[in-house]
Amino acid sequence: MNDLIQNGTLWEATQETLYMVGLSTLFTVLGGIPLGVVLALSDRGGFATRLLGRLLGTIVNIGRSLPFIILMIAIIPFTRAVVGTSIGPEAAVVPLAVGAIPFFARLVEAAVRGVDPGLVEAATAMGARTHHVVLKVLLPEALPGLIRGLTVTVVALVGYSAMAGVIGGGGLGDLAVRYGYQRFETDVMIVTVVLLIILVHLIQMLGDATAKRLDRR
Amino acid sequence: MIEIRQLRKVYPARGGGREVVAVDGVDLDVGAGEIYGVLGRSGAGKSTLIRCVNLLERPTSGSVVVDGQNMTALNARQLRAARRRIGMVFQHFNLLSSRTVAGNVALPLEIAGVPRRERIRRVGELLELVGLSEKGRAYPAQLSGGQRQRVAIARALAGRPRVLLSDEATSALDSQTTAEILDLLRDLSRQLGLTILLITHELEVVKRICDSAAVMAAGKILESGRVADLLARPDSALARAAFPLDGTGREGSHVVDVVVRGAQADQPLVATLARRFDLDVNILSASVRTIGGQTVGRLRLELPGRGTANTTAALAYLAENGLIVGDGPTTDVSQVLADDQPVPEEAGRVESRVAPTGPEVDG
Repeated sequence: MNDLIQNGTLWEATQETLYMVGLSTLFTVLGGIPLGVVLALSDRGGFATRLLGRLLGTIVNIGRSLPFIILMIAIIPFTRAVVGTSIGPEAAVVPLAVGAIPFFARLVEAAVRGVDPGLVEAATAMGARTHHVVLKVLLPEALPGLIRGLTVTVVALVGYSAMAGVIGGGGLGDLAVRYGYQRFETDVMIVTVVLLIILVHLIQMLGDATAKRLDRR
Repeated sequence: MIEIRQLRKVYPARGGGREVVAVDGVDLDVGAGEIYGVLGRSGAGKSTLIRCVNLLERPTSGSVVVDGQNMTALNARQLRAARRRIGMVFQHFNLLSSRTVAGNVALPLEIAGVPRRERIRRVGELLELVGLSEKGRAYPAQLSGGQRQRVAIARALAGRPRVLLSDEATSALDSQTTAEILDLLRDLSRQLGLTILLITHELEVVKRICDSAAVMAAGKILESGRVADLLARPDSALARAAFPLDGTGREGSHVVDVVVRGAQADQPLVATLARRFDLDVNILSASVRTIGGQTVGRLRLELPGRGTANTTAALAYLAENGLIVGDGPTTDVSQVLADDQPVPEEAGRVESRVAPTGPEVDG
């Protein structure tokens, strides 16, 4: 155990976890917010928009019904095409983002649908276009909800990232499996679990504090 | 300024229900600079009616012309431009909680693409106009109901509209605050030459600021006209509600409702009837108010001896002297008017056709 601390393996694994979670969070936000907004708005639009909404909704449901470990293995060809390899933290980011986007998109959808329709009506009465409504009304008003949804998503990503370790993603999960499980080094297992608990706590606290600060209601 | 012709709005049947005719052939004319009130209980269709003016609801048939523009004939881009020239305020204010007061007022300016410097200047002007210059940095949650509605009014006026639509703007406010907001609306209307179309279930709103009014029930306009004229009409539901008269009189007597206006109100009417026609006139009930600077009174008089010569002569005298005479107790039309129940938010959107029943308005 002391070896792992002294030769930096533990620190390296922690960094890998933070890297995987951080980068996949970025892509999850970039993909999940537009997807969630489209899901929330599609049933107000015309026929084509509604069809698109149905289609995206189905894809999101499929994405969410696959267990992460299956998804991760199933999209290895895709991962290889994107990153060039299917091993290491960089490669793990792809399945992590693909798995988290549909999850986060549903939370975004719920937050956007929770915005008072009266506000949309007021903006419409001002002559707002759809992009005004989305960017100036729906997203800012839904922001505290979006932050809470993102917190849940990041915590889920920490869990997924440990799983990604199994197929060579690296990180704390990988360390726990290789040393703690396969070499019966229980103390390594305990340390990684404690680190993960601390990480999740920090994420939750940061998320709660941010959401609270942004909530002006 | 606003001309509504044969407006109908039908909501298609949903979930096994029947289709709902929320607005059923309404004609309405609002003159420039006028404050026009549409009075009715919740479910009367007034909320749908006002939403048809800026096409938040698209009418099923009929036409809406605002400031010379036929709203239903506009394409999407023209409609957005037209909406920028029509301000709207709401019962629940509909302010963005994520923006400061100044940010809320700036929103329509941002949407209209007004440059930042110009926006800041205009927001300052608008906040001053509604007396909230000090509150620019506050968030709506930190304000009272009356202050929030002031912010909403400032926001509605940002694009210098010629028309303001008010959807139950004072219904969520207490009576003191209601009076302040109504006075503000009246001052703004005078100051800016603003035409205001408002809907309300509160008679007080019509009495306090409206030049003209319409009474609406079950999707139809029952009566409309200048408030002073309506109040002088014995058969007016508005007048009956504004001047509630009780008393049915004894058997065999003749009961009449008399309206006195302006200088007439100063005449000793009952004494004159008693002296000239030798009648023991009995006042069953009376109500006198000053509305729009004019004193208007309604009296319900009981004249003894139905059909006797003296009574007939007295009635003729009243009619000749322009004291408009209506028959006494009839079906109480004032039931079509408001009760003091706040309008549930959803009920305002999808109006039902159920004939209103409920307590009579206390004038």
